[in-house]
Amino acid sequence: MSTVTPIPFDDAIATFDPVIGLEVHVELGTRTKMFCGCPTDFGAEPNTQVCPVCLGLPGSLPVANAKAIESIIRIGLALNCDIVEWCRMARKNYFYPDMPKDYQVSQYDEPICINGYLDVTVDTDEGPRVFRVDIERVHMEEDTGKLTHAGGATGRIHGADYSLVDYNRAGIPLVEIVTKPVVGTGALAPAVARAYVTELRDIMRGLGVSDVKMEEGSLRCDANVSLNRPGAEWGTRSETKNVNSLRSVERAVRSEIERQAAVLLAGDRVVQETRHLHEDTGVTTPGRSKEHAEDYRYFPEPDLVPIAPSREWVDELRATLPEQPSARRARLAQAWGISDFDMQALVHAGVLDLVEESVAAGVAPEAARKWWGGELTRVANERGVDVATLSVSHGDILRVEELIASGAINDKLARQVFEGVLAGEGAPDDVVTARGLAVVSDDGALLAAIDEALAAQPDVTEKIRSGKVQAAGAIVGAVMKSTRGQADAAKVRALLLERLGVSE
Amino acid sequence: MEADLIRQPAAVLGDAIAAREVSAREVTKAHLDRIAQVDDRVHAFLYVDTDGALAAADAVDAEIAEGIRRSPLAGVPLALKDVLAMKGVPTTCGSRILEGWRPPYDATVVERLRAAGVIILGKTNMDEFAMGSSTEHSAYGPTHNPWDLERIPGGSGGGSAAAIASFEAPLAIGTDTGGSIRQPAAVTGTVGVKPTYGGVSRFGLVALASSLDQAGPCTRTVMDAALLQSVIGGYDPRDSTSINAPVPDVVAAAERADVRGMRIGLVKELSGEGYQAGVEQRFREAVAILEDLGAEVVEVSCPHFDYALGAYYLILPSECSSNLARFDGMRYGLRVGDDADRSVEEVMSLTREAGFGAEVKRRIMLGTYALSSGYYAAYYGQAQKVRTLIQRDFAQAFADVDVLVSPTTPTTAFRIGEKVDDPLAMYLNDIATIPVNLAGNCAMSLPVGLAPEDGLPVGLQVMVPPQADDRLYLVGGALEAALRDRWGHLLIEEVPAL
Ligand SMILES: [Zn+2]
Repeated sequence: MSTVTPIPFDDAIATFDPVIGLEVHVELGTRTKMFCGCPTDFGAEPNTQVCPVCLGLPGSLPVANAKAIESIIRIGLALNCDIVEWCRMARKNYFYPDMPKDYQVSQYDEPICINGYLDVTVDTDEGPRVFRVDIERVHMEEDTGKLTHAGGATGRIHGADYSLVDYNRAGIPLVEIVTKPVVGTGALAPAVARAYVTELRDIMRGLGVSDVKMEEGSLRCDANVSLNRPGAEWGTRSETKNVNSLRSVERAVRSEIERQAAVLLAGDRVVQETRHLHEDTGVTTPGRSKEHAEDYRYFPEPDLVPIAPSREWVDELRATLPEQPSARRARLAQAWGISDFDMQALVHAGVLDLVEESVAAGVAPEAARKWWGGELTRVANERGVDVATLSVSHGDILRVEELIASGAINDKLARQVFEGVLAGEGAPDDVVTARGLAVVSDDGALLAAIDEALAAQPDVTEKIRSGKVQAAGAIVGAVMKSTRGQADAAKVRALLLERLGVSE
Repeated sequence: MEADLIRQPAAVLGDAIAAREVSAREVTKAHLDRIAQVDDRVHAFLYVDTDGALAAADAVDAEIAEGIRRSPLAGVPLALKDVLAMKGVPTTCGSRILEGWRPPYDATVVERLRAAGVIILGKTNMDEFAMGSSTEHSAYGPTHNPWDLERIPGGSGGGSAAAIASFEAPLAIGTDTGGSIRQPAAVTGTVGVKPTYGGVSRFGLVALASSLDQAGPCTRTVMDAALLQSVIGGYDPRDSTSINAPVPDVVAAAERADVRGMRIGLVKELSGEGYQAGVEQRFREAVAILEDLGAEVVEVSCPHFDYALGAYYLILPSECSSNLARFDGMRYGLRVGDDADRSVEEVMSLTREAGFGAEVKRRIMLGTYALSSGYYAAYYGQAQKVRTLIQRDFAQAFADVDVLVSPTTPTTAFRIGEKVDDPLAMYLNDIATIPVNLAGNCAMSLPVGLAPEDGLPVGLQVMVPPQADDRLYLVGGALEAALRDRWGHLLIEEVPAL
C-alpha cells in the first residue's frame, strides 16, 4: 500500500464534506461483574477475580446485574433516548482466547436505549455554536479478558512465543454508545467530535456510573470518518479504534480528513478498514482490513430472560438524573456572572468542578476561576498531571485569598505560596512564615528602595517630574524587583508620585 | 429387607433407612456391588465414585442415628448423568474433549441432592453432549439395554435409564432436550419425567440447547419420580430462566393418583404412519384403562406438530454450535497440537477435530450454517415461528382437555448399530417427545406393557401445560396402579436376569 502525503486540513475541507460517527465504550463502575458476583476492582492479581460463570466453565449460567441495567437506563435517559419496553441480550460468536465462552454476550438488533441525542457546543470565530449529535443506540455487553503476548516482535498474538490471559476483566459491564452519522460540521468536525466525547464523559461522571478515565481505558472511543464531495454520496469510511484521550479524538478525525482527502484527490479510493492513531505523531496507520466482514452469527442469548424495564421503574430512574452538564454550565455562568466564552475556557481546562467546589468552600468565583484556570492549570501542565490531582485544597485557596484581602501578601506572592503548598511545605500560613513572604509595608524601607531606583534612572525621574506619569511603571517595576515582589505595587506607585510631588 | 435391597423402590428404601431397618451404607454397598457385578455388560456408568458414595452414606447414617432425616430420599443411591457438574468428579458429557476435566463446582441439582442426603453413586453414560437417541454416540462406547443387551437403551440418557432398569440404582437424573429422559424411559420400561422448562435449575448442566434443556427424574415408580422431582425442583437465582414460583405438589398428586372427571386428549398427529403396531396396541389399551378409571378421552389435533422435528433440528444445532464453542483446548479438557509452533487457531481447530465425534460435528456445522448472515431469517427465524405455532397448538388443546397422551416413541428399542449411520432415522425416534421441549411444557413417560411382536417395553407419554407438573402424577400414578393390579407387579419385574 502506498502512503500518501496528507493535504492541509483547510484544503481538504474546501473540497470535501466530512461525515463522522463515534462509538464510545464505557466501562461501568458497578461493584460486581455483568453476569456474576465477582468484584471489578482494577489492578488485582491476574485471574483472582474469577468464578465458574465469568470463566465460562461448562454448565455455568449468567445472571444479569440489576445495577448495570439501572446504570444503562440512566445513561440512556441522560442522552434523551427512548428506553425500549422489551429487549434481549444476544450472543456475538467468534473464537478468541480472551473470550472464555468464545462468544460475547452483547446486544444486537434489540438495544435497550434508542433514538437519543446530545447537544454539544464548539467555539467558532463567530462565537459558540451548538451541534445536535443524534444517538442511534446505547447497548450493554460484557468485556473480554486481557491478553499479554510474550516474545515476538509485534506484540501481537501472531509471532508471540506464548500468550498469557487474565480473565479478571472478563465480564465487566460495558456500555456502547453509537451516534448516527454526523453531517454538516465541515471544518468543525474534529472539534465536534472532541466536544461530543467531552460532554459524554461529563454526563457519565455526573451520573456516577463510571470513573470515565480515558487513560485507564474505562472510556474508549472509535472514530469513523468518511469524505464526500458536496452533494455527492457518502464516501467509504475508516474506523480509528481505541482513541484514548480527548485531544486524540480531535486529532484522529483531523488526521483522517487530511489523509482521505489526499487519497481521493490522487484518484484512489478509501479502503474500509480499522486504523490506529499514533499518539506521538497524530497520524493514523491501518489495522486489519474489514473488506471481509466477520460473520458473528448473532442470535438471542437463550440463557438470559428478556429485559423488560417497567415504565414505573424508568420514571423512577428519570427522577434520579442529575442536572445536565449544559444546563449546569448555563446556571453557573449566570451565577458567577461570566460569559459563555469564559465558561468554555473553564470546561476546556477541565476545572469547572474544581471552581465550583472552591466557590462552595467560600472562595469568590472570580478568584476561584483565576487560580484554577490560571496558575494551577499552568503548574499541572508543566508537571504533566491532571489539575484535579494537585495537592492543594479549596481551604488553601480560601486562605490565600484572605491573605491577599488583608494586604499581607499580593498576587505575586500568592503564587509562591501555592508553590510552597504544592511542594508540601504546609498550609499557606506555614509557607508565608517559612519563606518570609510578606508585603513590605514599612514606608521607610519602601522609600529607600524608591530613592535607590530613582537615582539609578535619572532620565526616567526627569520624565515623571515633567508630568509623564505613565513612565512611573519603570520605577515601580524596579522597586518590586529590588523587594523581590514583597511590596504592594499600588502603594509603591503612590509613594513614588508623592515623593516627586506629582499627581495622577 | 436384606435379600432384595436393589429391587426396592426408592421411597421404600428411604423409609427403611429412616426406620434404621437398614443402613444407608448397606443400601449403597448393595448397589455398588450390583454395579461391579453387571456393569461390564450394561455399561451404564462412566465413573463410579465408590469412596464418595460410601462417605456420603455414612454421613446420612450418622444423622439418622441422631434423628435427623434430611428428606424422604435420604440415604437412597442415585446415578447422575455425566452432563451435570459435580465438584471434583470427572465430568465428560460422553466426549473426549472434556477428558480429565473435574469441575470446581457443583451443579444446583447436585447441591440439592446432597442437601437431601441422596447418595450419588457415579456418572452415567450418554450420547456425546446429549446428542443422540441411542447412547451409541458416546465417545466411551455404547450402553446396553437390560431387556436385550443387543439393543439400545435410548438416548441421550441411556446410561441413567439402563442403570435404573438393571437395578444398579433406584434413582437417576437425566436431562431432556428433545426426549432424552422420556425416550430412554420408554424403551427400558422405566419412568421418566421432563419437568416444566425452568422447573429445575440448569446451573451446572452442561448446555446442549439452552432453551430446551431440562433435568429431571429417572425412576422405576411414579412416586419415586415425584419424590426426586421435589428434591431437585424449584427456583434458583443462579439460573435466570428458572421459574420463581412454588413447585407443584407432585408427591401429593402421585399419592392421589386419580383421573376421575379428567379430559384426556389423544394427539392425532402422534400416531399412525411410522408407529409400530405393538406400540400403538399397548398405547390404546392403556388409554382404555384410563377411560375405565373415569377419564373422558377425546381426539385432538395439533397440526403444527408435523413441523416440530424440522424446527427442532434448526434451533438445537444453532444453540449448540454456540454453546460448544468454548471447548477450544485453551482452558480445560483436551488440547491437541500445541507444539509451540502452531498458532492458537490451529490448536483450537485440531483440538475440536480430535475431541468431537461425528454427530457433534454434524450439528455444530448445521447450526453454524443456520445462524449465518443471510440464512438466519430463513432457518433460525422460521424455526422460532414454528415454535410459537406449536405453543399455540398446545394452548388450544389444553383449552379443551386437561392432559394430552401419545406413545412416547414410535418404536421399541432398536438394535445397536441399526440406525447409527442414518441420522434421519435416528432423529425420527424423538418425533413424539420434541413438541413438549419446543413449548416448554412438562411430560412423563411410563411403561404400559411389552409390544407383542418383540417383547420389548412400550412407553406412554402424558403431556400437560407448563407448571402443571402435578397433573402428570395424577395420571401416571393412576395408570401405574391399574397396570400393577392387572399384572400383579410392575413391568420392570419382568426384565430378564443379567
Ligand atoms: Zn465471576
